[in-house]
Amino acid sequence: MSLLSVRDLTVKFAMRDETVTALNGISFDVAKGERLGIVGESGAGKSITGFSLMNLISRPGYVDRGEILLDGEDVVKMNDKRLRQLRGDKMAMIFQDPMVTLNPVLTIGQQMIETLLAHRKLSREEARQIAIVKLREVYIPSPEDRLDQYPHELSGGMRQRIIIAIALLLDPELIIADEPTTALDVTIQADIMELLLELCQSNKVGLILITHDLGVVSQMTERTLVMYAGRIIEAGRTREIINDPQHPYTQGLINALPQQTLPGHKLRQIPGNMPSLTNIPPGCPFNPRCEYATDLCRSKLPEVIQYGEVQVACHEVERLHAEGARQEQNA
Amino acid sequence: MFAYLVKRVFQAIAVMFVISLIAFAIQGNLGDPLRELVGQSVSEEVRQQLRDELGLNDSFLTQYLRFAGNALQGDLGTSYFFKEPALDVIMKKLPATLELVFGATLIIVGLSVPLGVYTAIKPDTILSRIIMGLSIVGISIPVFLTAILMIFVFSVSYGWFPSFGRGDVVHVWGYWETNFVTADGWMHIILPSFALASIMLPLFVRLIRAEMMEVLQSEYVKYAVAKGIRPWRIYFVHALKNTLLPVITVGGVQIGTMVAYTILTETVFQWPGMGFMFLEAVNRVDTPLIVAYLIVVGFIFVVTNTIVDLIYGLVNPTVNLARMGA
Repeated sequence: MSLLSVRDLTVKFAMRDETVTALNGISFDVAKGERLGIVGESGAGKSITGFSLMNLISRPGYVDRGEILLDGEDVVKMNDKRLRQLRGDKMAMIFQDPMVTLNPVLTIGQQMIETLLAHRKLSREEARQIAIVKLREVYIPSPEDRLDQYPHELSGGMRQRIIIAIALLLDPELIIADEPTTALDVTIQADIMELLLELCQSNKVGLILITHDLGVVSQMTERTLVMYAGRIIEAGRTREIINDPQHPYTQGLINALPQQTLPGHKLRQIPGNMPSLTNIPPGCPFNPRCEYATDLCRSKLPEVIQYGEVQVACHEVERLHAEGARQEQNA
Repeated sequence: MFAYLVKRVFQAIAVMFVISLIAFAIQGNLGDPLRELVGQSVSEEVRQQLRDELGLNDSFLTQYLRFAGNALQGDLGTSYFFKEPALDVIMKKLPATLELVFGATLIIVGLSVPLGVYTAIKPDTILSRIIMGLSIVGISIPVFLTAILMIFVFSVSYGWFPSFGRGDVVHVWGYWETNFVTADGWMHIILPSFALASIMLPLFVRLIRAEMMEVLQSEYVKYAVAKGIRPWRIYFVHALKNTLLPVITVGGVQIGTMVAYTILTETVFQWPGMGFMFLEAVNRVDTPLIVAYLIVVGFIFVVTNTIVDLIYGLVNPTVNLARMGA
């Protein structure tokens, strides 16, 4: 049985005039110790997916239907007490911006120890010792001194390491990392990712990595979901998705990577923008930006189908594949 | 820390200098002090002679320097009416005012935090709406009207509380007589304290609520929820501490303002403090006493603000007092 099983998850936001659907019938699984990447542009619903797994969607957002089974227990229907027991213990989360994630008026030690005491019957001293061990695991120098420091005394990279240490405090089964390096300097982004990968592997922790960077996903994860306008449009093993993307959107994302462009040439961006959730086009949501779009794409929403090794939601996948093969032959 | 302290003290001295200058400048514009001193029946020559003796014909600068020099030695002039040093008159009245301000502060601190936190956590309940509605009413009604209404309801209609004076006070030390020892003293201070708190309390409830609601939206509160922390700990440890930082700054200024607000409250309740005294001094054109009052109130203002800034530095870990001095 998989650790996490999401079925038909639909999240809506009740705005003043209308109700917006931010997630539309998302389904996926995460096995124990598996690392899953969720990619897409801003507004695709990646972060909302991450937060809804912890049942952290707050008003005006709400889960409209679907279920999120964690070891068979539905997170959506859980009462507050049970949710509190799971959060930080079985499931931990790493937020995007370490500069605003830690509470500025509490010391690192207070914020680590309170997490342990919220879930385990420990003395303060025992909790302190565990915190020191975990800080050492994320390569924080002189962890004893760090415990008495306030967040503002530490750099962004150091803070994100501490947040990773907090995520690992209670040996969770699943860590949800929401763009954990977006707010950091490029120079330390790779360090943090490497650390996260190392710790997930050595502790056999499942990871859901939310990012817009396909390069990161290819290094970090075993499976990948590509999201667009609140739907999963392509899912499968990361290697297959990177090497042989089926959906035109995924192909566009990969072509847009700087590595795919010769130096001095313009980056190959996908034309246009992600549609706003209040104004999703009929048919396939990607059709206005898609160079292969047909009348069918503009009128009918494509179902998710199994195509080779991956699941993909595209009407024209067969044709694209044939054309792709022909191009390769010509080349 | 020490450098910061020195810097703050110098700032405080500069502010006091400006206050003394303004207070002294008022003196010359409050009518002829001789009329108050000697009445109608004295001839013009004698008046002129008295003016010379009192130094009223000297230049503004000479008069100010003389005034400031005396003030530094604790001499703020002699009250025309009481025929005693103005500072002594004020010091006799000061404890009554400070006790009233203390009572009001207790009410404000004791009620604004729970009410502000409650209305922030449960903004949609009927109770929250009632509290927020009442707070608007409280802010809108002037203190003297609130005071008169309270007397009408609680003293005249129900007879629960006395309507004027300090009641049984117990002598503590020097000029200090306290209300907080006898039951009668407590009964007397309750209504005036609530009247004095009637504007600040709703202001603080609203301020704490607004700050708290903002803090509850922050990432670190969401993160605390994601860590599985209990709600009461999130509210009172994670959120409240961040909420109170800006409130402390405003609070310091407001305590000073409350000392000034006592003029209205003390007058309505015939409370023998320095606010009531000030109003009488104005009626009697007792210029030295008016000037002395302004300086003492200014001094209280400056001292409370300095202390509040120091406390803020101690409470907020991101303020480094040592570095701020440099």
